[in-house]
Amino acid sequence: MAKGKRKVPGINASSTADISFILLIFFLVTTSMDSDKGLARRLPPPPENEQQDAEIDVKERNVLKVRVNAAGNLMVGGDFIEIGQLCDKAKEFIKNENNSPNLPEKHNKNIPLLGNCVVTDKHVISVQTDRGTSYDVYFQVQNELVRAYNELRDELSLAKFGRVYSMLDDEHQAAIREYYPQKISEAEPKNYGGDQQ
Amino acid sequence: MPELNTSSLPDLIFSILFFFMIVVTMREVELKVKFTIPAGTELEKLEKKSAVSYIYVGPPTQQYRGSMGTGTRIQLNDRFAEPAEVMDFIAEERTHMYDQTEQVVSLKVDQHTQMGIVTDIKQVLRKSWALKINYSATKRAD
Repeated sequence: MAKGKRKVPGINASSTADISFILLIFFLVTTSMDSDKGLARRLPPPPENEQQDAEIDVKERNVLKVRVNAAGNLMVGGDFIEIGQLCDKAKEFIKNENNSPNLPEKHNKNIPLLGNCVVTDKHVISVQTDRGTSYDVYFQVQNELVRAYNELRDELSLAKFGRVYSMLDDEHQAAIREYYPQKISEAEPKNYGGDQQ
Repeated sequence: MPELNTSSLPDLIFSILFFFMIVVTMREVELKVKFTIPAGTELEKLEKKSAVSYIYVGPPTQQYRGSMGTGTRIQLNDRFAEPAEVMDFIAEERTHMYDQTEQVVSLKVDQHTQMGIVTDIKQVLRKSWALKINYSATKRAD
């Protein structure tokens, strides 16, 4: 019999499916599918020197104080409100449509792509919590404030560029951001309206 | 009835396997604290997983209740820690980070945690110049 004519027996491959199944299941078990999402925030840099960082002088009309006590009650400016109202309150404050004297002051600013605008970029939203406040309430407050900014930015970009903020390119987004800068300050927690720790 | 040809089955399974290997990330650590993260609407996706450090806050799981109690605890990597240790943790995380300026700290905090401990962590993060943080949350339909 000629050598070249000998048949090589095929490798039995019927178990490769099982092997790869086992690998697949191993990966399914050891990995997590959850895409990580969250509320992105930026902390202020640490104070320059140890002494209490001097309260930067801001006019009272430029500050919106959001206070949350240990029981989860919300106080904005001078009155108690529900969490659902916070977004509108914040928007009204940031926008100051009617140039009202007790809402943030407006001044002219030349922003690329938007031209000369009247903005309220000196405003600050100050969130103050108690040490006993629950994280969930705090998170919802943050969420509502970010929502206020996002809605304002969307409104502006729809009016100026005809598209929502997230659809704009970097340059246009920067312009919108300059018009509505996000200014949420987080004051040190205080102990009020709750059990002391 | 003709027999079903299964010769391409291994290839099929392999492609599913590769798909999963690419899409998912390895589970980072064994969780020793229990937490339910809050739900929000204005969430952003965490990009660049390699530059993310995780801090878990919540009550210890059943298994560790005996030794650690039921109070709120912080978990860094595989162990329980105090707020002050966060600074070393951040510094250590930075050493094996490709781009240190991109460092993001993801806070996975239980809903029922009191703000005191969260604020302590935030103050330490400020001191260690880890300023980009991300309050981990789930999407809420609105």
